[in-house]
Amino acid sequence: MIAERYLNAAILAIFFVVPAWAWWANEPFTITLMTRAAIFALAAVGLNVALGLGGLVSLGHAAFFGIGGYAMGILAFHAQTVTPVMEWPFVIEGTKSMPVIWLTAIVLSALAALVIGHLSLRTSGVYFIMITLAFGQMFFFFSISWSAYGGEDGLSIWVRNDFPGLNTLQPIQFYGLCLAILCAVLWFTSRLARSPFGLALNAARQVPQRVETVGLNATRLKLVAFVISGAITGLAGALFADLNRFVSPTMFSWQMSGEIMVFIIIGGVARLFGPVAGALVFVALEHFLGGLSDYWLVYLGALLLLIVLFGRGGLIGIVSGREKAHG
Amino acid sequence: MSFILLVEQILNGLQFGIMLFLMAAGLTLIFGVMGLINLAHGSLYMIGAFAAATVAGYTGSFVLALAAALAAAAIVGAIVELVVIRRLYDKDHLDQVLATFALILIFSEGTRWLFGSFPLFLDIPDYLSGPVTLPGGIQYPLYRLFLIVVGLLIALGLGALITKTRIGIQIRAGENDREMIAALGIDISRLYTLVFALGAGLAGIAGALVGAIQSVQVGMGEPVLILAFVVIVIGGIGSMKGALIGAILVGLTDTLGGIFLPELLKLFTDPATATSVGSSLASMAIYILMGAILIWRPTGLFGAKS
Repeated sequence: MIAERYLNAAILAIFFVVPAWAWWANEPFTITLMTRAAIFALAAVGLNVALGLGGLVSLGHAAFFGIGGYAMGILAFHAQTVTPVMEWPFVIEGTKSMPVIWLTAIVLSALAALVIGHLSLRTSGVYFIMITLAFGQMFFFFSISWSAYGGEDGLSIWVRNDFPGLNTLQPIQFYGLCLAILCAVLWFTSRLARSPFGLALNAARQVPQRVETVGLNATRLKLVAFVISGAITGLAGALFADLNRFVSPTMFSWQMSGEIMVFIIIGGVARLFGPVAGALVFVALEHFLGGLSDYWLVYLGALLLLIVLFGRGGLIGIVSGREKAHG
Repeated sequence: MSFILLVEQILNGLQFGIMLFLMAAGLTLIFGVMGLINLAHGSLYMIGAFAAATVAGYTGSFVLALAAALAAAAIVGAIVELVVIRRLYDKDHLDQVLATFALILIFSEGTRWLFGSFPLFLDIPDYLSGPVTLPGGIQYPLYRLFLIVVGLLIALGLGALITKTRIGIQIRAGENDREMIAALGIDISRLYTLVFALGAGLAGIAGALVGAIQSVQVGMGEPVLILAFVVIVIGGIGSMKGALIGAILVGLTDTLGGIFLPELLKLFTDPATATSVGSSLASMAIYILMGAILIWRPTGLFGAKS
């Protein structure tokens, strides 16, 4: 059995070695695949803050992924058509600058998470699952009916957005940007888990009453976790839209929520690198199985079923021989 | 806005709500008795519709098609319960969500494999097609009226089954205390299979009935499943009465909102803006209703107080 620490290092190494090789061998498609994996990993790391640390089974994270995507889509759309996003009560211009887009994506998805979380956290357990799923669906239908931004057809962006000092049209440079964000967020969430807030949240997940007795508000802790979680997934959404130079209601679909959750489960819940390993495995399966059969999702379903029924702790759990992430 | 249009839309909303009830009733029953959240319920709806379309294609009989939908969904439901669902009762909700999500992937892609990506069509039989004249001179499609009547009859039958029969007593006992009824010598695992197959059969029938007015295609079940979740959240988990009232509320809100919100906004702003903003708002209406009810009563209209 391999210690989880070394396994994490190996997973991270894949994210450095494979694209470096692809760059050297001039295989831009492999770099695009790895960018996709890094962005999915980021979305799942976001969900894992709510799911793993907070114990909040959110089936509506596509809402934040989509908000991030549309934040990018709308700002870039107005920049390329040289029209203001809004004129009243104050003028907001479109932009092609990635840092501004990211900040907008983070703020908007955090706000949405605050509202959805505030309503959903009035309940718990299976109600919470159904309500987050329903709110996700609300955004899906809203984006379809919003004809100003493409409705069902979505929005295409002609040129990838800019980052100061980089040429983002080069796949390897855009990949480097995504990987840097992923690493920064992984570092942030590992700090978060060990911070006083993370420890209190961990306790609130296990025994909310005990946390309440020492004077902390368990619901507020979970709400903060949900907001952080939504913001990270929203940032991933903005990057994903930039990768495809396209955003559509599909980013809001319930399948998207399900898939983000699947990344975590394949890798292992509440493990720092669980979502990263899961996203990597998912993109690999999508590429290789998808090449073999149009119906590869059947195999993914079967794999997922086996992991849930027999392999608690996900792939990291199976390989490292430690079922439990906590303890 | 004429009176006739209003009556028509109310009937449409009622019809939609009654069909949602057939889905929500199965879900709430399965949750109430076994404590299981079943995302694959939409797949059973789809299986019912596909079974009906296939049988109707071969035999031309609508009655046989409905029977096939009920049988196929109930049998698939029973098999799934025996093979997979049974192992999930003791697991947490996250595992249940994931395993049933995996089942959706398997059923959806499996159906696409068997039937292809193109939608199938299930025709309304001649004796149920065409309009019918209601009192007041309102023309309304006979088939939609048939859906309302059949749905209400099934709801009544389900109510009688649960309140009047021996099985119903066991189901209600199972909701209250599963160890106790096992101790009283009732084969609890057989009861679970039965309840799951019953819920599956209801979903299958709903799929076939709705399949005749929409197209029968892969992925048709999940939007209905999510609406059924909204119904359950509004009505309260485990409550059959809540499911019925919640379903009708959601059906009416969705149908009437789509028609009347743009009209209402036209009173305040120009027609083009009113239409686009109104239809966007209408697409969110039921979720706003759900949010409002959550603020007022977090466990739903008829849910147990926590």
